[in-house]
Amino acid sequence: MSKTRINRRHFVAGTSAAVVSASSISRALAQTAPLKLGVLLPTSGFQAGIGQDCNRGVEIGLGVLKDLGYPNLQIMAADTETNVEVARSRAEKLIAEGAQILIGAFDSGQSSAIAQVAEQKGIPFVINIAAAPPITEQGYKFVFRNFPTAPMILGDAFANQLEIFKATGKAPTTAVMLHVNDTFGMAMQGGIGAVMPKFNMPYKIVETIAYDPAAKDLSVEISKAKAANAEALIVVSRLNDAILLTREMVKQRWTPQAVLSMGPGWYEDQYLKTLGKLGDGPLSFVPWYDPNKKVSKALEAALAKKYAEINLNTNHVYTFEAMMVAADAYKRAGSSDPKALADAIRKTNITENTSTGPGIQFNEKGQNDKLKNSAIQNRGGKLVTVAPAVASNAKPDYPMTPYDKRA
Amino acid sequence: MPLDTYISVAIGGILTGLVYGLMALGLSIIFGVVRIVNFAHGEMMTVAMYIAVVAFAQFHLDPLLMMVPIAAILFALGYVMQAGLINPFINRPEHSQFILLVAVALIMVNTLLIVFGPDAKSVQTSYSLDSFQIGSIIIDATKVYTAAAAVILSSALFAFFKFSHTGQAIRACADNYTGAMVVGLNVERLYALTFGIGAACVGAAGSMLVTLIDVTPALGPGYTLLAFIIVITGGLGSMPGAILGGILIGVTEAMAGLLFTPSAKSMFAFALLIVVLLFRPQGILGKVAR
Amino acid sequence: MSRLIEGIPGRGWLLLALAGIMAVIAPLFASDYIVTVLIVIFYFAYAGQAWNIMMGFAGQLSLGHALYVGLGAYAAAALYVHFGIGPWIGMFAAIIISGLVAVILGYLAFRFGVGGVYFAILTIAFAEFARIGFDHFKWVNASSGLFLPVTQYTHDNLWTLRGSPTMFYYVILVLMVLALIVCRLLLRSRLGYYWQAIREDELAAQSLGINVFRCKVYAVVISGAMTSIAGVFFAFFYNNLFPEQTFNIARSLEIILGPIIGGIGTLIGPIAGAFILTLFSESMTELLAWFGINTPGAKQICYGFALLIVIVLMPNGIWPPIARALGLGEKSGEGKP
Repeated sequence: MSKTRINRRHFVAGTSAAVVSASSISRALAQTAPLKLGVLLPTSGFQAGIGQDCNRGVEIGLGVLKDLGYPNLQIMAADTETNVEVARSRAEKLIAEGAQILIGAFDSGQSSAIAQVAEQKGIPFVINIAAAPPITEQGYKFVFRNFPTAPMILGDAFANQLEIFKATGKAPTTAVMLHVNDTFGMAMQGGIGAVMPKFNMPYKIVETIAYDPAAKDLSVEISKAKAANAEALIVVSRLNDAILLTREMVKQRWTPQAVLSMGPGWYEDQYLKTLGKLGDGPLSFVPWYDPNKKVSKALEAALAKKYAEINLNTNHVYTFEAMMVAADAYKRAGSSDPKALADAIRKTNITENTSTGPGIQFNEKGQNDKLKNSAIQNRGGKLVTVAPAVASNAKPDYPMTPYDKRA
Repeated sequence: MPLDTYISVAIGGILTGLVYGLMALGLSIIFGVVRIVNFAHGEMMTVAMYIAVVAFAQFHLDPLLMMVPIAAILFALGYVMQAGLINPFINRPEHSQFILLVAVALIMVNTLLIVFGPDAKSVQTSYSLDSFQIGSIIIDATKVYTAAAAVILSSALFAFFKFSHTGQAIRACADNYTGAMVVGLNVERLYALTFGIGAACVGAAGSMLVTLIDVTPALGPGYTLLAFIIVITGGLGSMPGAILGGILIGVTEAMAGLLFTPSAKSMFAFALLIVVLLFRPQGILGKVAR
Repeated sequence: MSRLIEGIPGRGWLLLALAGIMAVIAPLFASDYIVTVLIVIFYFAYAGQAWNIMMGFAGQLSLGHALYVGLGAYAAAALYVHFGIGPWIGMFAAIIISGLVAVILGYLAFRFGVGGVYFAILTIAFAEFARIGFDHFKWVNASSGLFLPVTQYTHDNLWTLRGSPTMFYYVILVLMVLALIVCRLLLRSRLGYYWQAIREDELAAQSLGINVFRCKVYAVVISGAMTSIAGVFFAFFYNNLFPEQTFNIARSLEIILGPIIGGIGTLIGPIAGAFILTLFSESMTELLAWFGINTPGAKQICYGFALLIVIVLMPNGIWPPIARALGLGEKSGEGKP
């Protein structure tokens, strides 16, 4: 009746206010505890170089995430030793030690093993880099992949190539394909048969040559490629092969109109450093970052400060984004309960990111199918992004200057 | 495919094969005399390659010139390994020798990994990218130089074993261990010497090979296996056999890669090995194994 | 049955019983991580037992045993992926295929008198041939890798081997025990004695009328077939196979380290070896982390030195001295040096 009497509505409102503030206090408390993030990478064994490179993404990423206002992360690092069995047991170990989200592991086989453990234990696992499609086709509820699958990489590669041909007014009519005979190489080669017909490409692939990933002498492969008399060279290789192939092309006096690479190697620091002027020209169609985005610039700055001679690349960017997904989910979920975290990850919608494309979201299979891939070109010992136009910072050069004409 | 492609590839295969042959020669010498299966052969070559890389990076010394000093360093390494570690294992069963050398290899590989890191290193001399053109046949210049060096070194070794006293003494130990001791030869010292010579071979081969391929810490095992294939194919205990085996494997792999798919070219080397093991286990030029 | 039981001292029974009880109840107390480590140990113990039959009993050094693991794994996995056939049936395919390959290898090798180091190299050649071959074998996805569909973890399906680590633990435990029993029976059978004779002095054995050729082929076939079952387990536990990794010579090496370190020719040697090596490896990782050393490669160097020390000081393996210390004496099956 009188104003001073507390009626039921006030009481209820009051208690609910008290409850809300109590939960936001506990939320705040939960927020102050850092998220225990397990990071699984091959830092020893055959893929050691790449694993250690991904680790650089972790190192510089922590500071950048903090500046962006994300909660703190406590990194629990483990080495998969480039071995499926070790990957699995390390994942088990990290979970037993309290890891709340896992990220990793660069390689499809190891990521697959970790995914099984994560799914079984109900701990979210965000894959940084692994292109084999089957991983997100198993119906897992706790496994997420913020990296394009081989078909996605291929589709964008063709689209970007068409853009480049249109921009420069020139295009090859024949191409020879050289690919490494491993998981990634085979996935790309198989995908081409399925994806290429959907695009009206101006060239035909006249021959496909597969080579052994452990091969040290690629003279026969280049001889064969040269003998195919094609105008362009399409290649899927790793770093060491890229350097060897380039040297062989110089030795055998063959410069294709363009080198169209759909994989790692041809843009990496060591390639540029080792080959100098001979390294300019190749176009790589790869998952990359958008140089015009704010977060990309922050990453570039952080990397330049810590590792001055290293260019920002896929390994750093995607490992960083996996961390970002974890931190973002933690922020939104407000708790470290794995199921809450997984649900939060599922609803991820980050637009202030660094990779090319509209941002980070996951479809019902846990795959980010909105990622776009870029085309980058080696120029003057550095990398420029030439396609897609909205995410580029330079115009493409086509065709390549012949090797024997470079001073 | 045009004929000159076949010829270019075949020539390339022969030239590379000569260097492989030198590497295998080291293994043949060691196994032929000491009867130890050196499963750390490839790793020793990797060590030599890294030494060449450092010499080139720091002092700009051409690996082909450094061939002799590097061979000397590896000789010392081999001598010490044999005298210090391997000697007691000569009469032990094969699996023990195997584990011993695998352990040594493991330590070598990972030490290299820690010291040099996992990235590939290479030596790019001024002539690294040169090639000779005869008509429409293109031949890699570096391969010609390394093959020439391999031939010179192998010939020197043949001469050593045929004409020098020490060389003949070593061959005596190989042919008849007891007899050699009866005659008064210091077998242990000769064994150490032999291992050293084998190591020197592989060291020289390494400093040649580093001008052709890049070196990573894990390079070893592949070349150990290759050395075995060459030695067994060419004939254990036969030095010309090792060189012949090297050429044969080099050409087989190259032509198989050209005619079929390059990713399967190693399969042909293994197939050749299996065929030789089954029908002529002493190898093409070997004497009947004792 | 008497052949199985006789000759084991009382103390041996006690230790066996103790070990057995601990093995059975372990999953109830241990974390999934420990269970996974134990699974790896038992796997290598089983594979080591199988390899030991060829080496320890018949004296033939095989350095390419990953061949049988791979064949078994791919046979069962391919049948499951393409036809939905469960692993218990796939196992028969694995055994038949591996057995066939083993017969061919054994026949070709021993008919032409290939032995010793040459035989070892031949086994490596076969394994490498298979590795590159499967890298191009489209039906099993070649180098892209064969992925087994993993449907659920909530309940254990023993028929298709889909389930929790605990289920796999008991499966591999049973396999290991069966291997132990089979080895014991083999050792004390006529074939087993023939093998020991061949191992000690092949020429003498032949002159006594033993069909050396046939016995050696039996050794290869039994060893290969048993190893292929390990391959089936491997396929269904890890759920993805890549020829590059499955047939790799490093795999062959892993299999033989256990028995050599533990003690060739002994029954418990491979099991002891598998335990020691895995525990050493895991504790090395812990120790190095504790000291703050996480240089990649440091662990492998320690591992290499440990191997070196063991092989130089204890060439017959670690188990025989331990057995003597435990008072188990001349346990039957303990190989002569």
